[in-house]
Amino acid sequence: MDPINFVILASILFAIGAAAVLLRRNAIIAFMGVELMLNAANLALVAFSRMHGEIDGQIMAFFVLVVAAAEVVVGLAIIIAVFRARQTISLDEPAELKG
Amino acid sequence: MVNPVLFWVIAAITVIPALSLLFARKAVHVAMSVVLVMVGLATAYVALGAPFLGMVQIVVYTGAVMMLFLFVLMLVGVDQREELKETIKGQRWIGLFTAAGLGAFLVSIVGRTVLPTAEVGVQGEPDVIAVMLFEKYVLVIEVLGFLLITAAVGALVLTHTPRLKPRRTQLEVQRDRVLMGADPVNKPMPGVYARHNALDVPALDPEGQPIEHSISRVLKVRNQTVEGEQWRAQLEDPSHQEGDR
Repeated sequence: MDPINFVILASILFAIGAAAVLLRRNAIIAFMGVELMLNAANLALVAFSRMHGEIDGQIMAFFVLVVAAAEVVVGLAIIIAVFRARQTISLDEPAELKG
Repeated sequence: MVNPVLFWVIAAITVIPALSLLFARKAVHVAMSVVLVMVGLATAYVALGAPFLGMVQIVVYTGAVMMLFLFVLMLVGVDQREELKETIKGQRWIGLFTAAGLGAFLVSIVGRTVLPTAEVGVQGEPDVIAVMLFEKYVLVIEVLGFLLITAAVGALVLTHTPRLKPRRTQLEVQRDRVLMGADPVNKPMPGVYARHNALDVPALDPEGQPIEHSISRVLKVRNQTVEGEQWRAQLEDPSHQEGDR
């Protein structure tokens, strides 16, 4: 089976992740949507690496992995900081900040 | 080339759990489904000739990142309910159509793209990856090191709470407690001085009077306590012996 099918699968996963970010109000679930989008990009990179017969795509996927890990750490810390201040992790609540 | 059966299995165990991101109510269920998605993606990496990346995916994502998510879920409370009221009118449908349109767009574009596929794929074994990382991309690795340190420090700074008052020592706590008129020693344990070694009986003071506040408040609320009177009667009447009961 051609590796381009994995790129199609990655597109579907990316769309699902985007929908989760747009639709869900729970900050943690929306954040998991972001993670899913990053992973979909990773899958596309690895599939392209297989199609080109080069290893650079896998290296790029590795870098995305590291950046995603750093992003998770900071993002979850922000969620905890907001929860401490407002006792909620709903994404709509901080909109009240604009008064 | 990838086995079609393997591809469809991977597609099933990634797309179906991923849909729980949209439909599951509880965040814990979503987190567990995303773990399954990550395992499916790791399988896909191994199938596409990236075994090292597949292992890293399992270790980093299912092992570290998703467990971190679960920790934070426990910290903020699992039963955080999601507000269903929409702040922006029609946000649900706008978001759904945008995401569906994005997916349809991507799938249609990728589906009609014809790309040549190399007959022999390269196997991303750890030694191959290591040589590539530390020769061609060594600068990127160093920058990533900076990024990781910054992220760790950032997380520490964001979750740090400054101490507003000086720490109270044990001596000060005890002194305040005595000043407030509280009992300076522990409360008596229930049933200790009675001839009955159980939690539902009040302790007896040296004069044989039951000490009411020695019983747990919970047992009192549940009406599961025993009056201390009968044990006091036993104390006064020597004809009652322990073996009678």
